[in-house]
Amino acid sequence: MKDSGSPEISRRGILAGGAAAVAATHVPLADAQTATRSGLKPTLAKVEMTVNGKREAMELDTRTTLLDALREHLHLIGTKKGCDHGQCGACTVMVDGKRINSCLSLAVMHQGDKITTIEGLGTPDKLHPMQAAFIKHDGYQCGYCTPGQICSAVAVIEEIRAGVPSHVTGDLNAKTPISNAEMRERMSGNICRCGAYSNILEAMTEVAETRA
Amino acid sequence: MKFTTPAGQNPIDQGKVVGKPHDRIDGKFKTTGTAPYAYERHDVVANPAYGYIVHAAIAKGRIGAMHLAEAKAAPGVITIVTAAEAGKLTKGDFNTAMLLGGPEIQHYHQAIAIVVAETFEQARAAANLVRVDYERGKGRFDLDEALKTAPLKGADSGEGSKAPPVDRVGDFEGAFAKAAVKLDARYTTPDHSHAMMEPHASLARWDGDKLTVWTSNQMIAWGKGDVAKTLGIPKENVRLISPYVGGGFGGKLFVRTDAIMAALGARAAGRPVKVALARPMMFNNTTHRPATTQRIRIGTDRSGKITAIAHESGSGDLPGGGPETAVSQTKLLYAGANRMTSMRLAVLDLPEGNAMRAPGEAPGLMALEIAMDEMAEKLGMDPIAFRIANDTQVDPEKPERRFSQRQLIKALQDGAKAFGWDKRNAKPAQVRDGKWLIGMGVAAGFRNNMNMKSGAKVSIDRKGIVTVYTDMTDIGTGSYTIIAQTAAEMMGVDMDRVVVRLGDSDSPVSSGSGGQWGANSSTAGVYAACVKLREAVAQKLGFNSGDVEFADGKVRSGNRSVALAEAAGDAGLTAEDTIDYGDLAKTYQQSTFAGHFVEVGVDMYTGEVRIRRMLAVCAAGRILNPKSARSQVIGAMTMGVGSALMEELAVDKRFGFFVNHDLAQYEVPVHADIPYQEVIFLEETDPTTSPMKAKGVGELGLCGVGAAIANAAYNATGIRIRDYPVTLDKMLDKMPPVA
Repeated sequence: MKDSGSPEISRRGILAGGAAAVAATHVPLADAQTATRSGLKPTLAKVEMTVNGKREAMELDTRTTLLDALREHLHLIGTKKGCDHGQCGACTVMVDGKRINSCLSLAVMHQGDKITTIEGLGTPDKLHPMQAAFIKHDGYQCGYCTPGQICSAVAVIEEIRAGVPSHVTGDLNAKTPISNAEMRERMSGNICRCGAYSNILEAMTEVAETRA
Repeated sequence: MKFTTPAGQNPIDQGKVVGKPHDRIDGKFKTTGTAPYAYERHDVVANPAYGYIVHAAIAKGRIGAMHLAEAKAAPGVITIVTAAEAGKLTKGDFNTAMLLGGPEIQHYHQAIAIVVAETFEQARAAANLVRVDYERGKGRFDLDEALKTAPLKGADSGEGSKAPPVDRVGDFEGAFAKAAVKLDARYTTPDHSHAMMEPHASLARWDGDKLTVWTSNQMIAWGKGDVAKTLGIPKENVRLISPYVGGGFGGKLFVRTDAIMAALGARAAGRPVKVALARPMMFNNTTHRPATTQRIRIGTDRSGKITAIAHESGSGDLPGGGPETAVSQTKLLYAGANRMTSMRLAVLDLPEGNAMRAPGEAPGLMALEIAMDEMAEKLGMDPIAFRIANDTQVDPEKPERRFSQRQLIKALQDGAKAFGWDKRNAKPAQVRDGKWLIGMGVAAGFRNNMNMKSGAKVSIDRKGIVTVYTDMTDIGTGSYTIIAQTAAEMMGVDMDRVVVRLGDSDSPVSSGSGGQWGANSSTAGVYAACVKLREAVAQKLGFNSGDVEFADGKVRSGNRSVALAEAAGDAGLTAEDTIDYGDLAKTYQQSTFAGHFVEVGVDMYTGEVRIRRMLAVCAAGRILNPKSARSQVIGAMTMGVGSALMEELAVDKRFGFFVNHDLAQYEVPVHADIPYQEVIFLEETDPTTSPMKAKGVGELGLCGVGAAIANAAYNATGIRIRDYPVTLDKMLDKMPPVA
């Protein structure tokens, strides 16, 4: 066998050729399966959780993520879908006080959990201090990553206070400082393509200092 | 209002509201999650069906057969639309490839079907049951190979970066041959993705033959036209609504497949349908900034005066596409009697190349401003002094055209002082801080100003509330706020008395958001409408419009004073106008300038480059809101960090697609990559651009940043990287020995 890398015999080529061959021979089989597949009804499950202090009972397709349960079923549109697979942080919410990517979690896994979304932090007329600080320091532009940034920012300050270490924590036995480096490291799962990072750090610093 | 002569004194010059760092008026909605984006319009459509798009798995060729039976029979499926069911579709004016492929496939991940189902989960599951037999064709995916035979091609990016196929002034070859000091170097920039945070998304509803699309789009009027053209329906029957846009950067200038597929799906399903592109499909389905290969030659005399300068660029695109106009700034940025630029366009079967933030200048300056750094070093000159020595106050190709304003020298000098440039060691690889090699870099930023025709309607109600209607968009740029500031200044009211309604095609056609023209053009349109409204108020009150003053919610003339609310009366008052331009932009060269300063640390052991400090000094006309303008600039600087250090769409040249098509593999800057960023705006008003005397700044912030970083990395290590991004694999074997 020749070296891989040439288009004719590359591993990719073999796979692609193989896939095409499978597709051609697979058709009757697929048709045969149609009846079975169409008979499949989605599996529904009941789940109850507390969202922003309100008890919510839902019956959901078990494939529904926590993110889609919030957005599509409870119409809490503040939690955003930027990638739907844990790469951008736009869907960050707090579950029992800890932040998670809600797109990476199925709704039915949250029976009895307490969920806090951006709507639970504050409202246009009654802003959470972090929301007010984001406005003051212009820590957002298009606004799409913003709810996730704010939820993360609130949780990050609590994480540091609780002594949860990060990649940049120097001394695990000492009290972790609420430093620029700590906050930037911990916020790095929340992408902002508009590039408001510098301003977000200003906002977080102000909130951390005021509440210290 | 036709703007034909430079603006004199006008109410904007009062500067009571315009020019102040007002918080964004949309801020309380964006920070509380109550600003609705396209996929979230539960408030307007109660029960839409969910669409999920199926994308082509080949880059070029044909669909032999599509097997839909299994998907159609899947639970919850309402309908499936492919090219066969869609009826005749026409390519939009602003698209290069069809937004629904089949049977012909033009690029990888081109949309080929939409599956519509009751729920998102059902649509997604059914889409995965669609089986396609492809007949793979032979595609062209290798830019270097294709450029060997590519023809010369001129183009206008449509965003202020225009260049003919070949442009000659004087005798470049002769002067270059005779030059005392010369540089001849090649540079490459890779394909870039916009990667905005909100995926392309649309919700479509048909009411009879009328179509409403809630979408995420920068240019509402273009979009309305292209939706109509693509679907073959009258323009009057299409309404686009896009009040919040989760980032665009050029990727949402044009109608994309989400809008068309939502409309087709909704028609077939007989009910509203919403669609969002899945993140991993965005990179190959939508547009990108094309890769470039550039050659720059500069010749100078012994004193460092440029005598010859040439910039050639090659890029690729689908058949019918255009070149990346990477040479255009070189026509204007530096003096020199003998000049040449040229562009070549290769045909590639990769996804569609098109505008991304500062098309032309962004990749062009990434190369040119390294070349200037290299030249300065050859001459033994400071890179700032070398640039200053070659400044020009006139269009170098047409010396009778002056720049309306050109503060490049001041931007560089003020920046040098603020940044501590005098502490830079001109000799590379001399400064250490622990394991870090420290370097400083500078680059000039340059981006043309463009004006676009822009309309608005402004009304006052009986409570004295001023409402602005325009189809302008706010893509994070701050349009809501600067438009409110303009109306508040013109009508003499506080900001909390102004309401701004954006992004609806039923409102007057605006400039839209692109080419950094939005701020100046859209506010000038609001200015024009307010001038008319002021006249209507004066006329209604029987005031002499010559001496009427609008202030503190009142209208005053002589010793008479009437509250604006009272003047409007129960019926209210409304005026509409459009700003249009004469030939001032031809008489004067209107451009924006910046000095970009960067300090990097390069890890001595790994060659990793980290940003330590960044400063931009910008001269861009009147800054309408220093807070949101600064955010535009730091955001652009951040994108510049991405282009310099990490962003690169990796091309699979055998199968013709971008391999790293998600946000984990296409790396963009994150919090940890970006330190505190500083921006200084130089005092400037430009009366030739509009009554606002403003220019754009959102793209200027990106132009030159990449080169400033590459130059800083060189200063830190002595390693000159001419192929972006500047990653550690390109540094490692050349790193200075660790002492």
